[in-house]
Amino acid sequence: MLILSFAHLIILYLIFNLFVTPISASTFTEIHGHSSIDGRYFLESGREPDQPNKNISLTIEPEIYIENSSANSLNIRPFFRYDSTDSKRTHLDFREAYGLFFGEFGNSQWELRVGIDRVFWGVTESRHLVDIINQTDLVEHPDGSHKMGQPMAHLSWINSRGTFELFALPYFRERTFPGRQGRLRSTPLVDSEQSTFESAAKHQHLDIASRYSNSFDNLDIGLTWFEGTSREPTFTLGIDQFGSPVLIPNYHQIRQLGLDAQFVTGAWLLKTEYYWREGELNAVSLEEDYFATVSGFEYILFNLFNTSLDVSLMFEGLFDSRNENANVATEKDLFSAFRITFNDEEDTTLLLGFFQDLNKSTRNIVFEAGRRVAENIYLEMESTFFLDIHKLDPQFTLSDDSYFEIKLLYYY
Amino acid sequence: MTHILNTNVIIFMLLTICGLILLDTRLMAENATEKGLRIVQEAEQYDKGFKSYVSNQIMVLRNKNGKESRRHLQISVLESEDDGDRSLIVFKRPRDVKGTAMLTHAHKTKDDDQWLYLPALKRVKRISSANKSGPFMGSEFAYEDMISQEIEKFNYRWLKDETCGILTCWVLEQTPISKTSGYSRQVSWLDKNEYRLWQVKYFDRKDTHLKTLTVSSYQQYLGKHWRADEMLMVNHVTGKSTNLILQDYNFNANLEKQNFTQVSLKRAR
Repeated sequence: MLILSFAHLIILYLIFNLFVTPISASTFTEIHGHSSIDGRYFLESGREPDQPNKNISLTIEPEIYIENSSANSLNIRPFFRYDSTDSKRTHLDFREAYGLFFGEFGNSQWELRVGIDRVFWGVTESRHLVDIINQTDLVEHPDGSHKMGQPMAHLSWINSRGTFELFALPYFRERTFPGRQGRLRSTPLVDSEQSTFESAAKHQHLDIASRYSNSFDNLDIGLTWFEGTSREPTFTLGIDQFGSPVLIPNYHQIRQLGLDAQFVTGAWLLKTEYYWREGELNAVSLEEDYFATVSGFEYILFNLFNTSLDVSLMFEGLFDSRNENANVATEKDLFSAFRITFNDEEDTTLLLGFFQDLNKSTRNIVFEAGRRVAENIYLEMESTFFLDIHKLDPQFTLSDDSYFEIKLLYYY
Repeated sequence: MTHILNTNVIIFMLLTICGLILLDTRLMAENATEKGLRIVQEAEQYDKGFKSYVSNQIMVLRNKNGKESRRHLQISVLESEDDGDRSLIVFKRPRDVKGTAMLTHAHKTKDDDQWLYLPALKRVKRISSANKSGPFMGSEFAYEDMISQEIEKFNYRWLKDETCGILTCWVLEQTPISKTSGYSRQVSWLDKNEYRLWQVKYFDRKDTHLKTLTVSSYQQYLGKHWRADEMLMVNHVTGKSTNLILQDYNFNANLEKQNFTQVSLKRAR
């Protein structure tokens, strides 16, 4: 992967030099970014003796920005994490390394991004359902919100009829999974060495995606299409070279039609994400077409009792038509949360969220808080609790992995 | 006879005087609202034609104990003929919010459209523009103080003329039509020479004098448009203050509608 990333960088550099005027005196370069140190403490001991209760981790994430005289730019954002206990969590990735070009054509504007980039689709808070361009960097966080860089050519076309986007995704990236000494992992362990692919082209399969989006007054909508390798693997039981049982990821070819919409009126935000997907295997390893949705609302109490606090109340329902055969934990769940934005000089925020499975006993509590403690230093605390996890729930092996994390981020 | 005549004359005169007074106060009352509206319309007309500009701003936040913290922003504004202005605010510092950007499409009568770009997630988030009274970046400026105020969203009243330094000012009262505004009214001092705003007193919903904005100096750009160099917002209730320093005005940026879209928002930095 590392070699591939560097190869892309070289290609990018060439594109940059070919496409745009030679680097002149008006070139603008900026380097900034952040580094962090964090510690996680697990409230219970791991199911296996070699899984420790605490770990310390360091990250480096610089951003390099080079702009030429015509405002086209090269954006590079490597990411490295060192983890004291889990060797699989110690990893390097290029979150971004792309050339950005834009211009006008008649009454339309266009934008082209070539290289490794991250793209976000969606509107909901509890789960990012339609978001599919980038692979999840699962070793980063159990909620799956951290994404790996994806090689792509991304063309946007904007005019009065809306925004049309086309993505060519020439290289597939496998999901990361915690290693033997890591917490928040499955039992048996996932063995990515043995991953299987429905397509004979494996990683080289060309995935295609497109998106149409537009705003109509208070309503923002996005319509998306994806055809290619599923970012979510299914698993089969196997054995590794030492004869121990392992889970082998299988990556299938899928088609996904997605819709995301948000309607804003006053302090109310109504949100929905919906997709229909075919080609994926369900929890009993049968191919099953299905749809899933995350829908709900957010209501914001601005300047509560004149305290300058904003309190956001969120309710979302999560549903998967495969029901008990779904291979996600959120097949029929209710999410409720509140977020307090203190609007103070330190940008203090606090979030408390609660997931309740409506089919099973499973509950999750998520807690996040942040505050600037010095000019360039931000402090974050977060916690995820796995409570009463039902033994048939895909989260079952995380039952003992409730944790508390504290993180200091230094920005430069 | 003479007596009666005199009485009639006196009654007539009294009635006339009373009528004139009534008529005059009615006229004056009408004049005050009409005059208020006329002045702000003239002020808008006076600044018309700036098309677009970019400016860098520094906010110095001071708490009661004098402890300071700073915010750096870049603001781009696009003038719009038929609707409200479009604006883009890019946060530069503190560094943990660097690259965060807020896009606003203001409207004359309906709610503004507003989006926030979060660079860490590369996510564009539609946000509620009902958040008018909340502090902007923890400062004493509220969101409604930062975004262009469309004339149609307020009622105006001329209160009096008053000297302000070496100039003469109109003192105007504006009351928001929107219930989500944090203010019951604002009283502004606008100079008669160049329609520049020198002072604003903000009254909260309980009509307590909450804040005072003082503008200390102006520069003229393109030989026409006056823009402030420095403003001070003092909160009388909390004792906190924010100094807003506005610099590097560029009226030749030639920005257009395409610089204020959700796609260009993702390019903001």
